[in-house]
Amino acid sequence: MNTVTIGGKAGEGVKAFGKLFSKIISQLGYYIFVLDDYPSLITGGHNFNKISFDKKPLYSHYVETDVLVAIDEKTIKQHKNELKKGGIIIYDSNSVKSKGIGVPSLDIVNEVGGTRIMRNVALLGALSFVLGIDFKYVEKVLKETYPKAVEKNVAIAKKGYEFAKKNSKKVMVLKKIGSPKDIMTGNTAIAYGAVNAGLNHYIAYPMTPATSILHYLAKNSSKFGVKVVQAENEISVINMALGSAYAGAKTMIGTSGGGFALMNEALSLAGMSETPLVIAEIQRPGPSTGVPTYTSQADLNFVLNAGHGEFPKIVVAPGTNEQAFYKSAEALYLAWKYQAPVIVLGDKHLGESIKTIEIKLSKAKKAKGKISKGGKNYKRYSITKDGVSPIAFPGTKDTIVKSSSYEHDEFGITTEDPVVVKKMQDKRLMKMKSIEKEIEKLEAVKVYGRGKNVVLTWGSSIGAVLEAAKQLKNVKIVQPIYMMPFPKKEVAKHLRGAGKIVCVEANAMGQLADLIKLHTGIEIDKRVLKYDSREFNPTELLKQLKRWLK
Amino acid sequence: MKLNTNAEITWCPGCGNFGILTAIKNAVSELVSEGIPRENIVIASGIGCHAKIVDYVNVNSFYSIHGRVPPTLTGMKLANKNLVTIGFAGDGDMYDEGISHLIHAAKRNTDITMVIHDNRVFALTTGQFTATSPRGFRGKSTPNGSVENPLNPLKLMLSAGATFVARGYAGNPNHLKELIKKAARHKGFSFVEVLQPCVVFNNTYQEYNRKVYDLSEDNHDTSSLDAAMKKADEWKEKIPIGIFYETQAQVFEDHF
Repeated sequence: MNTVTIGGKAGEGVKAFGKLFSKIISQLGYYIFVLDDYPSLITGGHNFNKISFDKKPLYSHYVETDVLVAIDEKTIKQHKNELKKGGIIIYDSNSVKSKGIGVPSLDIVNEVGGTRIMRNVALLGALSFVLGIDFKYVEKVLKETYPKAVEKNVAIAKKGYEFAKKNSKKVMVLKKIGSPKDIMTGNTAIAYGAVNAGLNHYIAYPMTPATSILHYLAKNSSKFGVKVVQAENEISVINMALGSAYAGAKTMIGTSGGGFALMNEALSLAGMSETPLVIAEIQRPGPSTGVPTYTSQADLNFVLNAGHGEFPKIVVAPGTNEQAFYKSAEALYLAWKYQAPVIVLGDKHLGESIKTIEIKLSKAKKAKGKISKGGKNYKRYSITKDGVSPIAFPGTKDTIVKSSSYEHDEFGITTEDPVVVKKMQDKRLMKMKSIEKEIEKLEAVKVYGRGKNVVLTWGSSIGAVLEAAKQLKNVKIVQPIYMMPFPKKEVAKHLRGAGKIVCVEANAMGQLADLIKLHTGIEIDKRVLKYDSREFNPTELLKQLKRWLK
Repeated sequence: MKLNTNAEITWCPGCGNFGILTAIKNAVSELVSEGIPRENIVIASGIGCHAKIVDYVNVNSFYSIHGRVPPTLTGMKLANKNLVTIGFAGDGDMYDEGISHLIHAAKRNTDITMVIHDNRVFALTTGQFTATSPRGFRGKSTPNGSVENPLNPLKLMLSAGATFVARGYAGNPNHLKELIKKAARHKGFSFVEVLQPCVVFNNTYQEYNRKVYDLSEDNHDTSSLDAAMKKADEWKEKIPIGIFYETQAQVFEDHF
């Protein structure tokens, strides 16, 4: 396992460097994980990417660095302590003074007639030589990424490569070890999963760190056949989505905690009107505006309790890219099967880190639902055994479809009759029973390894936990993926009779640990909590886990 | 055509909503006989006295929440362009709670119709001032009179880019029916403000009966935005009803 750290100011192409390098390494067949760390500003500040890669599956970035690539001075100050013994620095010698390999990247860019932002490509060329990567892979990736500016980019990279060849030595030789790997961010995987399940519409208002779902689907709108709308606010977003689903379109919306707060009134409307809907809630640290471009898992309680009144709701929290893909497809499938809102709970660390992804498209669930042909006596809210009323859409011949936010009878006409009110509430809540049964058939809890001791975790924190566990013995990792309905039987099965139990999560209160207590009665007092707005670092986490499990 | 439902009508006797109900039923009936398939008509409402209307007309409906009818209808049109979508909202619903949605629906030129039951009072919550209540309005929340000036909804909609702007009167259901039909047939965002007396909290029948006149008898040029703006300012002595402004522009859903 090796790590490259690249740093510079916002607007200097740090993220682009991370993307390009991860593509090159993936071409060689390596597993990768890229942390993209950036503050809430557009130009200046300090951005960095950590690109870790390994021959075996990799679940997290590492902080410890083999090669530090510095576009600016601050990068060296901030990251030189992270260099491993024997680690080296590659820097832009036109703007930075340092030990290591100084590449005159601005001169190189100027020679070729490029722009200042292309300095990152010169440094990428130099890095590729130092890591012993054949230049043809660099060229291939540049061609694919910048089809309109291939020549300049390739020329700059080549000059960087040649400069390093003349002035430094290779620190390793990275050869092709397997077939190219696919890479994706978690947000892309969420979007792609929904598309594969049959998504028709995506509606959103921009909010970090959920915005990349909007960007990805807008860019690929015609390719996927998905209509993408940016509405005036989150309240409009969710109400537009409900209108869209009422008229038959499979619809997803996306936001972060603050935007989700605005959607709560209509979340309850989705519950009452039994309108299928998927909501991606990509968490960032709160309360309030919080730390907008960083990560957190503190919205679990909020999401579980969202929406006034009592109605069936599903919450699923994927932790890896593969889970993001499959569970997002599953979310659309469940939303339509049970005519209920489903929340896909992600976070910045899952959503914006680029990772290797190994999926089979054919394994993604498809959204269908119990569709009615309608007819003269159609009742939108007919009472059935499983609580699911066959759904018809406006435009169906001889059919009247009446949906309502008010308590209503089977036709959808308002009622205040206590007998009908209770009957209809029972009908809706019956669906929750059906959902609980269905969840048992899906992967509601993911268990890794075997051992007496148990490490519990959820969402993106699974990555650092899995990396730390590579160095631990006698440990079973339990990751609940469905949070509502909560797979209490299965979780309890793994906890009863266990040795030591530790719960790892990125919030200050231990919300998963509390949820488990609520559902199973099992008290988990060993809690490794991180709430400094940054993701877990696998090396530090390993030390903490060793202490707890000793 | 049978458009009644089994729902019991719970508006106060003499409520302006009855005139609007008559107008929409007759409009739907005529639109269907003129060839629009009944199953393609969808009505929606927000929350308030007005909103009960969806229970009283036997066509597709979505009984939405307070202030949110425009995005709900926009979503429907996004899914199925063949639907003829008519939304109902009250003045509190649309000019207070959901005003941003109304402005953005007009700006987008979504092909939906919004009919606003403007009784210039929150009625179902027993009488508070709304965005169109006159300054000095005495209600339970403003015992000494409201200190806010009312909005001019027509000017707001004209400046937001609405491509069909009209005003009707609940006391003239036949005229209102024609407006709703034209609005429903208009391709683009159509806005129909309805003067609606509230017999309990703001009884304006006498005032409206005295002041209201039909724009079409006044040589008004419906293609002129300037003329529409001027007519929208008329209120003190006489109140115009009819089509203020009508134009054509590409509709939102057709961009997809």
